[in-house]
Amino acid sequence: MTEEKTHHPEPSYLVDTGKYKGLMAWLTSTDHKRIGLMYMYAMMVFFAVGVLLGMIMRIELFFPGQQFYGPQMYNGIFTIHGIIMIFTVVIPGLAAVFGNFSMPIMIGAKDVAFPRLNLFSFYLYVLGAAIALASQFMGNGPPDTGWTFYAPYSIQTHTNVVAAVFGAFVLGFSSILTGLNFIVTMHRMRAPGMTFFKMPLFPWSLYATAWIQVLATPIVGITLLMIIAERWLRIGFFDPSLGGDPVLYQHLFWIYSHPAVYIMILPAMGVITEIIPTFSQKKVFGYRAIAISSLAIALVGYFVWAHHMYTSGMSATARWIFSLLTFLVAVPSAIKVFNWVATMYKGSISVKPPFLFALGFIFLFMIGGMTGLSLGALATNIHVHDTAYVVAHFHYIVFGGVGFAFFAAIYYWYPKMYGRMYNFKMANWSFVFLFSGFNLLYFPQFIIGIMGMPRRYFDYLPQFTFGHQLSFFGGVLLVIGFVIMLITLFSKKGAKAPDNPWGGRTFEWRIPSPPPLENFDIMPEMGENEQPYDYK
Amino acid sequence: MEHRDDIGAKLGMWVFIFTEILLFGGLFLVYAIMRLSYSNEFHQAAHHLNAFIGTINTIVLLVSSATVAMSITAVQKGNNKLAVLLLFITLICAAVFMVNKYFEWGHKIHIGLYPGSDLMVSLSHGQVMFFSLYYFMTGLHMFHLVVGGIILTIVMIKVQTGTINASRYVLLENGGLYWHLVDLIWIFLFPLLYLIT
Repeated sequence: MTEEKTHHPEPSYLVDTGKYKGLMAWLTSTDHKRIGLMYMYAMMVFFAVGVLLGMIMRIELFFPGQQFYGPQMYNGIFTIHGIIMIFTVVIPGLAAVFGNFSMPIMIGAKDVAFPRLNLFSFYLYVLGAAIALASQFMGNGPPDTGWTFYAPYSIQTHTNVVAAVFGAFVLGFSSILTGLNFIVTMHRMRAPGMTFFKMPLFPWSLYATAWIQVLATPIVGITLLMIIAERWLRIGFFDPSLGGDPVLYQHLFWIYSHPAVYIMILPAMGVITEIIPTFSQKKVFGYRAIAISSLAIALVGYFVWAHHMYTSGMSATARWIFSLLTFLVAVPSAIKVFNWVATMYKGSISVKPPFLFALGFIFLFMIGGMTGLSLGALATNIHVHDTAYVVAHFHYIVFGGVGFAFFAAIYYWYPKMYGRMYNFKMANWSFVFLFSGFNLLYFPQFIIGIMGMPRRYFDYLPQFTFGHQLSFFGGVLLVIGFVIMLITLFSKKGAKAPDNPWGGRTFEWRIPSPPPLENFDIMPEMGENEQPYDYK
Repeated sequence: MEHRDDIGAKLGMWVFIFTEILLFGGLFLVYAIMRLSYSNEFHQAAHHLNAFIGTINTIVLLVSSATVAMSITAVQKGNNKLAVLLLFITLICAAVFMVNKYFEWGHKIHIGLYPGSDLMVSLSHGQVMFFSLYYFMTGLHMFHLVVGGIILTIVMIKVQTGTINASRYVLLENGGLYWHLVDLIWIFLFPLLYLIT
């Protein structure tokens, strides 16, 4: 990569230069950086709503029996908690926010391939989220099916399932268009000299993610349409009383929704792969292995969906094949963890907030991954299926994994986004609260899950009380952690950020903070012998 | 300098076509499973479909695909007038297809064969499933046909005004690609619903 000393002749992307000013300038902007930030603000709002709903559940579960509200409301709350967190926060998640903000810069492009389509995806996202939220207040009360909309209950319940399902469909369409945009961007707009195997690893992870978005999302799209058709026209694809097959619904649903887990986690892994070499000041260990393992996760991740359905009455053959594939998909994930640790080995590590969160990610992701294997094994799965153990497992992945990577990414790219630094001490405190709160919240769920606490239950036996109460206090610590984080990031303007506060090597650290509208004054190139992570 | 990347635009269209194929792929999967469970009923129900109209529509769509492909060649050779004519024929074909479908669906609804009707309720589960899939799949296909028709109308106007010309015609190519997809899906729907009896 050529070292270009940039001056500041161009105004930053945060300055309105178009015909609109203020809010309208943002809402009509096709700039990838502004769209990324708009996704981030929207997600923060939805995340806050999701956290609030989670805490409302924890309060109810503080003692056995009914405290504040009844079981029907509890069903509605865990359903909308799931819909909001899955479809509006973690699935678009890192790809929509940091994929938009950082990826074009990291590959040396001025924008994504289709900027207007990108803005359109954002509006589809807002529309889908609005419909999903509205489903809570319209019709016959909030849906109570769980975010999985399992048939036949989702056909029979009188609650407002159609709106929620349609919201998820629109959100899926937004996700497809983002994936399409990223694929074309990475194929066509890399800097001269940047071959695929010289591309930084966060874009690599987005590339794998984008293919899953494009190829898996349509399946759930059509499935959700079938649910709507079935409710409106009594068609009976999935309802056994009409001759349908409920297990078929589960298959169709998980054909998308398991790969969706990789849509969530792959960009998270990509962010961690950027942060670890930067803060170790060392070349990433096993560049090619990490790049290819992203594709391998995407590919194998397609064929493991039925491990959600071991108890559904599938044939024994299908079960052991899916179990085998589930174990196989753990291999590329483990390769990544190995490579992160090996990158740190003998590096000159500086423990700044992004690195701290990256370490937190590795720890939590390991626990989430290992417990995933015990769930992928047939015998143990039958024992813990649909218990709090499953709840703990997937929260360790989508919150401990994706969430912590999201926080790490905010702390990592924040100086680039706003041109300001933040208070490291406060950021470290937010980590302490988030990390301890997270473990206190979810680890007890593993234990009561093994003891037999079912998931999605409003009431429970007295022996689980202590576990639920620990979880409640963990939740309180988590909320404190979020508040500290928000104060750290948004309460007051920090010192002016240098162009390259962390000593990173990828393109985004060679341009001003915040970047000018078109990112580069002189379009970057990559020389013959250069690699994306050339640390000393 | 204007930024323009025709290969990128076509790549985007191809990726979008993959998603469309998978969208219908989910339906084909459901069809396959249901055909396996209810092979007799599917066999009987398929007799009620009018294979003659189906064949006509297949020919109509194949012709329309050919005219779209020819219009691209015409624009490449600088003959925008001919291209507009060919696109117009394509749209006529689309309209003929829709009219045929109108009569086909209309007849079925007239004799009471539609989801939720009294006649449907009295049929066996397998036959209901067949007709439901018939309506769902051909309905979704028709929706794509309408979208494709709108795209081609816009493209036709742009060819007419010369915005699409011999040196820039990627929009026409993408519209054509989409139209071929609509055609291709029908090529699968036709035997699955009309011919396997």
